[in-house]
Amino acid sequence: MSTLPRQARAVVIGCGIVGNSVAFHLTDQGWSDVVLLDKGPLPNPGGSTGHASNFIFLVDHSKEMTLLTLESARQYRELGVYTECGGIEVARTEERMEELRRRMASAKSWGVEPVSLVTPAEIKELVPYIDESILLGGFHTPGVGVVDSLRAGTLMRERAVDAGALSVFANTETLGMDVEHGRIRRVHTSRGTIEAETVVIACGVWSPLIAAMAGAHIPLTPAVHQMIDIGPVPRFEQSSHAIEYPIVRDMDVFMYERQDGTSLEIGSYAHRSILHDPEEIPSLEEAALSPTEFPFTQADFDPQLADALELMPEIVADESVGVKYAINGLIALTPDGMPILGETPEVKGLWSAAAVWVKEGPAVGESVAEWMVHGESHIDLHSSDISRFHAHQKTRAHVKARTFEAFPKTYGIVHPAEQWSSDRNLRISPMHAREEELGAVFYEAAGWERPQWYEVNAPLVERYGVAAREAEWDARWWSPIINAEHLAMREHAGLFDLSAFAIFDVQGARALDVLQRAVLAQMDVPVGRVVYTPVLGPRGGFKSDLTIMRLDDDSFRIVTGGAHGMADKKVFRDLLPEDGSATLDDVTTAWTTIGLWGPRARDILSSVTRDDVSSEGFPFGHCRTLEIGSQLVLASRISYVGDLGWELYVPIEQGARLWDVLWEAGQPHSLTACGIGVYGTTGRLEKSYRAFAAELESEYTVVEAGMQRPRVKEQDFVGKEAHLRHREEEPAAILCTLTVDDHTSTSGVKRYPLGREPITLRDGRLLTDAKGRRSYVTSAGAGPSLGSYLLMAYLPPEHAVEGSQELAVEYMHERFPVTVARVGAAPLFDPENARIRS
Amino acid sequence: MVVVYVEEAGELTQQALAFARFLAEPLHGFAAGEALEVGGVETLHVAEGEAFASYAPAAIAAALAELAERLSPSAVIAAGTQRGNEVLAHLSARLDLPFAANCVAATPGDLFAVTRVRWGGSLLEDARLDGGLKLLTVQPHSVAPEEASATTAPVERFTPELDDADLLVRVVERVPAAAGGVSLAEAKVVVSAGRGVGSPEGFAIVEELAGLLGGAVGCSRAVTMAGWRPHTDQVGQTGTKIAPDVYIACGISGATQHMAGCKGAKTIIAVNTDPEAPILASADYAVIGDLHEVVPAISAELRKAKGA
Amino acid sequence: MRVLVCVKRVPMTGGKIVLTEDQQAIETKHLGFAISPHEECGVEEAVRLIEAHGGESVVLTLGPPEAEEQLREAMALGVDRAIHLVTDGEEWDAQATAAAIVDAIRADEAASGPFDLVFFGNESADAGGYQVGIRTAYSLGRPAATGLKGVAVGDGGVRCEQEVAGGRDVYELPLPAVLTVLEGLNLPRYPSVPAKLRAQRKPIDSSSPERAPSRLEKARLVVPEGQSKEAVILGEGPAAAPAVVDVLQQLGAA
Repeated sequence: MSTLPRQARAVVIGCGIVGNSVAFHLTDQGWSDVVLLDKGPLPNPGGSTGHASNFIFLVDHSKEMTLLTLESARQYRELGVYTECGGIEVARTEERMEELRRRMASAKSWGVEPVSLVTPAEIKELVPYIDESILLGGFHTPGVGVVDSLRAGTLMRERAVDAGALSVFANTETLGMDVEHGRIRRVHTSRGTIEAETVVIACGVWSPLIAAMAGAHIPLTPAVHQMIDIGPVPRFEQSSHAIEYPIVRDMDVFMYERQDGTSLEIGSYAHRSILHDPEEIPSLEEAALSPTEFPFTQADFDPQLADALELMPEIVADESVGVKYAINGLIALTPDGMPILGETPEVKGLWSAAAVWVKEGPAVGESVAEWMVHGESHIDLHSSDISRFHAHQKTRAHVKARTFEAFPKTYGIVHPAEQWSSDRNLRISPMHAREEELGAVFYEAAGWERPQWYEVNAPLVERYGVAAREAEWDARWWSPIINAEHLAMREHAGLFDLSAFAIFDVQGARALDVLQRAVLAQMDVPVGRVVYTPVLGPRGGFKSDLTIMRLDDDSFRIVTGGAHGMADKKVFRDLLPEDGSATLDDVTTAWTTIGLWGPRARDILSSVTRDDVSSEGFPFGHCRTLEIGSQLVLASRISYVGDLGWELYVPIEQGARLWDVLWEAGQPHSLTACGIGVYGTTGRLEKSYRAFAAELESEYTVVEAGMQRPRVKEQDFVGKEAHLRHREEEPAAILCTLTVDDHTSTSGVKRYPLGREPITLRDGRLLTDAKGRRSYVTSAGAGPSLGSYLLMAYLPPEHAVEGSQELAVEYMHERFPVTVARVGAAPLFDPENARIRS
Repeated sequence: MVVVYVEEAGELTQQALAFARFLAEPLHGFAAGEALEVGGVETLHVAEGEAFASYAPAAIAAALAELAERLSPSAVIAAGTQRGNEVLAHLSARLDLPFAANCVAATPGDLFAVTRVRWGGSLLEDARLDGGLKLLTVQPHSVAPEEASATTAPVERFTPELDDADLLVRVVERVPAAAGGVSLAEAKVVVSAGRGVGSPEGFAIVEELAGLLGGAVGCSRAVTMAGWRPHTDQVGQTGTKIAPDVYIACGISGATQHMAGCKGAKTIIAVNTDPEAPILASADYAVIGDLHEVVPAISAELRKAKGA
Repeated sequence: MRVLVCVKRVPMTGGKIVLTEDQQAIETKHLGFAISPHEECGVEEAVRLIEAHGGESVVLTLGPPEAEEQLREAMALGVDRAIHLVTDGEEWDAQATAAAIVDAIRADEAASGPFDLVFFGNESADAGGYQVGIRTAYSLGRPAATGLKGVAVGDGGVRCEQEVAGGRDVYELPLPAVLTVLEGLNLPRYPSVPAKLRAQRKPIDSSSPERAPSRLEKARLVVPEGQSKEAVILGEGPAAAPAVVDVLQQLGAA
């Protein structure tokens, strides 16, 4: 066997589908001297790839997952290892039928076709061994297939080796890694040491252990998913291929069944969450099967036998068909169900490509390679980005608690606004007790408990005549109180807890340079100015959007939403100069923020401070310190709800006092406590304010989002070249705001789309732009002050016509007519921005 | 003084004698029916009678019990064969004494402590027996046999008293094995494979190689459990224990239960895609590769050598 | 006909045996469990006998609460009901085991009639004591034939076959009798899903017998030192064939 090289351009650890794909795609994109390692043997090193069920269901509610899956399917086909057999998700309950209609909608939004809803009789024709009498219907995706992931990985690996760009070392265990000055330097293995400045961890369930060697975190946990094989199945003896019938997902009972040669494989996600620690995974010799095939626990599978029997009695009730094989297979689960990809925030040059299903493997490999080589992947990976995790989310306890809760949702029906119940009440704002007294209904974001709305405001519902939502699904995780709070704010004023902001101070002689480089907007503004700006990626799409206050010549304060705060932090940290002439401090927990907006905001504020808060004295887009009682408060006059008012920053330990002061001062002015329902949705939709991860993604340009400024600054910034190009081109799509004209469904019940639904012509034809992207709802919610229900969507230019009434939104398999109310970013409410500038 | 049950003269008896001699002298032998040519014991006590015309374990145990009553040995030893274990198990039941089967060592002078095998030899157990008379069998091929003595021991016959119950279990017939083919247990060369061959037909290349070497075909437990080959081909703890000169194991990972069946092989050659497969820790030689390619290549090379 | 089969729950080991820290047991946290191989064939044989002759089959185990899994496995192959002599997980020596089994047999026979046959494995895969079946037979005053690869029940008797060098030895025992069997006696079936579901509902009669004091007492377990061989790699792939033939010729095998 050849010896391990002393040095490599990149070391990829892990020879499953992901590691093979990363290694291949790195070489495909021009890198050579790539080394691929695994502690196990080839072709099957003993990880999850080796025992995976290997089927690819294309549709997911997540756009990111679906795009990764579609790209992976394309690669599997190109490698000649894709067997198309079709897949049917069947429904035993009406609730599941509704979910299938939503999956149809997601399929249309993300561009998966063909897809169709099928009747029990049609299911029976496709899967003759099913008992269709227990079903209400199904969702059929003919493009679903089965792949040979081991072979795919082998082929990719061999291609790279043949090209002379990759060397592979099996039976080579990683024993340690050296980090110097925050950068990965070398990998110690059982066959020697390799110097490398780029290392990729693609170790599946073992990834946390490998990352820990370098002091980094990959927060996943190994979990069990059970599967058995029964056979020989008489009907399958006539098959000439390994799979000739569609795969069936019996999601109401959390199971799937598929032909595997002459056997039927039955898998289950129905059992209790069985989590293991990565340290528990046995070595190859200790394991009786492979390290990721744990002994089967029969008791956990017993209920599933009955469910499988009910659905496929022809096969499962046949006494001649025996249970031949049964395992508890290990897979990697994450706290939010998304993969973990990208450069670790802890160690430069150390990348993660972990917690990936076979169905995304090849595309993940390609995307991570693109990210490494070009600085960005062509598929937006913000939901999978490893830098998304807050500190507490990397702890073992949190990972276990959330994955324990998440596992039963694998085939479950998950509402888009659904809240977690485990590991709550970790980050409590200083105003929490006051909020509890006001009957706050708390939702969690980034670990923070934030009031979504306040029950004390219930009487406002009647006062403002807010209608309830009739359909249970639409009304779930929502309250009409939100709309009432919104109207109260617009009429008088609202008080908001914004503690969850992530706040970073960038300071030093080169602080301005760093910010200029990072963001689109001109940052050399006078001290005391507040700038709202997009942050672009190298290809000119959106990486983030945030606000920055210039506190001093060399001091800037970045404020961004908690949800994406950690990823934003890495963007700026990565741009800091090595010589320390600019530093970044995370001061999130040093400050708390209270928002005060509405027509009476100035009345309230001026009653508690002697400082000048007049329109001329304290113009919009400025920030300064005010004295409010004994408190020095940094006031920033901007508004994400689009009304007169301020964000008010105080040291966190003083938050309760400021709240009390404002609350008391606000009573004569009918100040209302308002939750994030208003702040995150109703307020901004009326003003056409875009949100990252909703409208703003790397796939869309600044021009398409209607956010280009009159001029581009002369200083260089990330994505400038691409952005300049985009300004010269015709946009392939234009972000518009639509109103729903009629919510009435065929049953008479009014329905309210929640987001991600496809926008179609009135006759149901889908809209696709010149870049092949579908039009779909990026954000949905009420515009109470407008008396409308608002949707945002990117439309192809020919349909982006204000006032046009040729479009519809497809929700629950029905079309509801919409009007294009606004093309571009001009607000629908207060289009002159008079309130905000008053 | 130790009594040794002699099933038949041969290497296993010489091993048992060596083990027994290590414990205590003098040694007395016991045989059922036939006066075997055995040396190294003071006397060979032979139980006589119709009952011993064929193998009858309960009767043999009854005779042994009577002898032990008379001689008062400190221990009764036998080779750990199927029948050695069976007879001593009967004896232990009769006398209500503990019995340690398949020992590899015992502490001389203190017959309370023994080391015996578990898992067919993959694990050892240190144990203690209580009771005055120690009943032990010796794990085959774990103790060096003592040299056969030139002189045959003097024979003393006796007719033990037997119950009807002692006579119920005895061999009434011998069905000879089908002629032809090399017996797995006796073969000097064994070529075996696991489920990696892919199908029952996949064994054709294994049979070919075994044929060229004049050897027998073996297989792993997974193969027999799948119904691909008869259980008589199974090498392993619960199959046949083999001791060939050469054992070629193809696509066999080396699970402990399999190794328990082939550790008697003098030379092991492993063919495996995985250089870290457990079997390589017990193999003398290895080829790293796919058996589907390697095995036919070896056969082709052999034919070339024969033809040349 | 009434048939009893006695089984033992044993771990399914891999390529290496690892002991617990106190060296008292095998570390089983990564291991699955099964019915010891020889008696798995005993279970299959018992089921076939009842299928052929009618009557009732019973499976018995002496083992920890988790051993219920093995009883359900046996019942999924077709055994009608089970007896579980529940232990706290400590090992029982052969005499104590046999004594408890004998008591259970006597109790069951008093209630439901004698067992024509009682099956044991010839020896358990783990402890390999070779004696529980024989001791049980002796206490019950019944004949026992061991190491069987063939069993055929006739009128009032059973013809048993045992493999020996050169062929098979045949015993003919009157019923009731005790038989210890070897893997290879038959090829056990795979349970069907309906059989597994039925097995979930079949009755298990549980009790916790007192354990007789140990007379063969385990002090500790020891993993024998491997020979630590360094296999000589003759080559990779078919290119290694000539080197293999050289070795075979040197060894006198070719």
